[in-house]
Amino acid sequence: MSKILLHGTEAICEGAIRNGCRAFFGYPITPQNEVPEYMSVKMPEVGGVFVQAESEVAAINMVYGAAGAGTRAMTSSSSPGVSLKQEGISYIACARIPCVVVNVMRAGPGLGGIQPAQGDYFQATKGGGHGDYHLIVLAPSSVQEACDFTYRAFDLADKYRVPAMILADGMIGQLMEPVELPPMRDLSEIPEKEWATSGHYGKERRVLNSLIIKPEELEPHVNELQKTYDEIYKNERRALSYMTEDAEIVLTAYGTPARIVKSAVNELRRQGVKAGCIRPITLYPFPDDAYAACAVRDCTKAFLSVELSLGQMVEDVKLAVNGKKPVYFYGRTGGNVPDEEEIVRAALESLKKAEAN
Amino acid sequence: MKVFQKTKMLTDAHLHYCPGCTHGIVHRLVAESIEELGVQDKCIGIAPVGCAVFAYDYFNCDMQEAAHGRAPAVATGIKRTHPDKIVFVYQGDGDLASIGMAETVHAAARGEKISIIFINNSIYGMTGGQMAPTTLIGQKATTCQNGRDPAVNGYPIRVCELLATLDAPYYIERVSTHDVKHVLAAKKAIKKAIQFQAEDRGYSFVEVLVSCPTNWHMRPVDALRFMGEECTKTFPLGVYRDKSQG
Amino acid sequence: MIRILLAGQGGQGVLSAGRFLAESGLHEGREVSYLPAYGPEMRGGTANCAVIISDEEIASPLCTVPDVLIALNSPSFHKFAPRVKKGGIIIVNGSISDSFAGRDDVSVYDIPANDIAIEAGDVRAANMVVTGALVALTGVVQERSILNCLREKFVGKQNVYTNNERAFRLGMQAVQNK
Repeated sequence: MSKILLHGTEAICEGAIRNGCRAFFGYPITPQNEVPEYMSVKMPEVGGVFVQAESEVAAINMVYGAAGAGTRAMTSSSSPGVSLKQEGISYIACARIPCVVVNVMRAGPGLGGIQPAQGDYFQATKGGGHGDYHLIVLAPSSVQEACDFTYRAFDLADKYRVPAMILADGMIGQLMEPVELPPMRDLSEIPEKEWATSGHYGKERRVLNSLIIKPEELEPHVNELQKTYDEIYKNERRALSYMTEDAEIVLTAYGTPARIVKSAVNELRRQGVKAGCIRPITLYPFPDDAYAACAVRDCTKAFLSVELSLGQMVEDVKLAVNGKKPVYFYGRTGGNVPDEEEIVRAALESLKKAEAN
Repeated sequence: MKVFQKTKMLTDAHLHYCPGCTHGIVHRLVAESIEELGVQDKCIGIAPVGCAVFAYDYFNCDMQEAAHGRAPAVATGIKRTHPDKIVFVYQGDGDLASIGMAETVHAAARGEKISIIFINNSIYGMTGGQMAPTTLIGQKATTCQNGRDPAVNGYPIRVCELLATLDAPYYIERVSTHDVKHVLAAKKAIKKAIQFQAEDRGYSFVEVLVSCPTNWHMRPVDALRFMGEECTKTFPLGVYRDKSQG
Repeated sequence: MIRILLAGQGGQGVLSAGRFLAESGLHEGREVSYLPAYGPEMRGGTANCAVIISDEEIASPLCTVPDVLIALNSPSFHKFAPRVKKGGIIIVNGSISDSFAGRDDVSVYDIPANDIAIEAGDVRAANMVVTGALVALTGVVQERSILNCLREKFVGKQNVYTNNERAFRLGMQAVQNK
């Protein structure tokens, strides 16, 4: 199949549609408006449902209803809107309803700005709403991945009965690149959901609920959730390592900044500095094994986490490196994106600091 | 000879409602209506947050328990993806008319083909008697202990009247449960609301006045009398929209 | 790999010219990326886009140091001219901008794009004039790839197509004559 030029937002939609998403509920917010716009056209074409909800709060609860009743459903928003969805996401996580939430991150806090940022890492990977829960979080760094990861998110969500999130930055949303679209999946291939409240009378009554008022019942339920997260951790950690085998400095970044980091690594190598990088694909579960593997190498002197935030993922990197090597941080915020040169400088400084220690 | 039987649309679970509360009556009316219309095999219900939160244990069909105020949005998601099913929503006044007002108004404005049963007892029951958006002027609550003062607390919201300003709703009626005659009328209205959905006609909304003897600090009989004499003054009973009548 | 930054005012066709370039690169089997950036306003704001066309995988999609700058108005010329790579190319719309970059390590092509577009039949085709100039100067994509994109875009609008094609060719000639 030949490649076509698509926006990141369109690729997200195609990935969803081609893996059986048949319900989309959204609310306008920049920079992800192309998602509801695209879905409003495409959903009716494939016999799906599109509703422009009255708010992000309503949209996530429409997902709760549609996905609860067994349909593959998705909602999309950007940072402030995703904050509004957190109540619903917590309910969905507790009621164990698979669905996909897209966050095309803009700069915060508050209303912030509309340019790319990665300030929602904590929110996405540590739960986000109230209570003990996690989402499966995938971070695409190209338009192809925006499509492929959204496609995959639906399968992962169904497999574990856990909501999944596509954590993209505003740059991925606007970027256009060639994409090879996966074939349209036949809906009959998607396993039926034995728990869905689809109105099957006569069989055992199905109830989706997140109120478990007796402590002796809630604790086992939450433990059961945790068991699922443990299994996800065991099976689903993904990262791509680039030139790390002999690297003295290991850079790391996710999403589009990871591509700038890769350019910086190439430039450092040109300058004779042994640099490499790790790009997490899953942010939850965090691919700590990729970092641990570098941390034990004698050649590796330091790590540098590059983020469009003031330092969020760096905490997980530190946990993964576990004190074996120094972990430094370089970040920009407010919608600013560091260029290759800035990152090269930060890497050289990190290396110098590590050598001075 | 006909022997009275509990409707099959209710489970055998023991209702948790306070003595004298008329929630139980409304549960039965909804369940009987569904059974009598023969649509029990395709029902999906939405339970609210508030006194009726455990409704998912009582109605004998698939149920989803929604976040506070979000039931009409959840119902929208289900009904749009399952247009051949009967989706009903059961909500109290805090849930529907306070925190969930946006979802309420917009589901109505979109004309979602769902049936909403709105329980108005003019108080927050489960949390212990705080002021509701439907608390009457002068009525006491734990957050307006000298009685609702319009200068401080504003006025009660009349939801039927408000929704009747919208074009989409197919059927809107307010009924009461303060005596047998009114309970029978309430049954008729609820049955219509389900039937109109079964006939694919449109959005139906039935507001049911219900008593809360516990939080009104009244004996059940006095609570029923108060409902009939006082609540119906602020919330006049009647049909606010019925497109089946042309 | 060539990094092209196209900049101008919203409505000048900066983004669509960028897309034509990216589409053309794709059709020629190259790696491409197209990254638009614009302000919050729907009309009249600034617009720019970064187009990268490469034979290898494109890592960073940013264009902080472009090989080529196409500036369709004066503010974007002055804003971005200092960033152009040493030895790079600047194509500036001389109809509405001066062309003094204040540096001599880049080649500046002053093309009166608006005037040429008017001559071609439509002032809105100024974006195709500079695209023509770019193709003639760099050969980054083939002439016929751009024309194919135009044909696809303006299907059923023969008149618009003709004006744009003419603008594109006149743009090519404008630099070939220099």
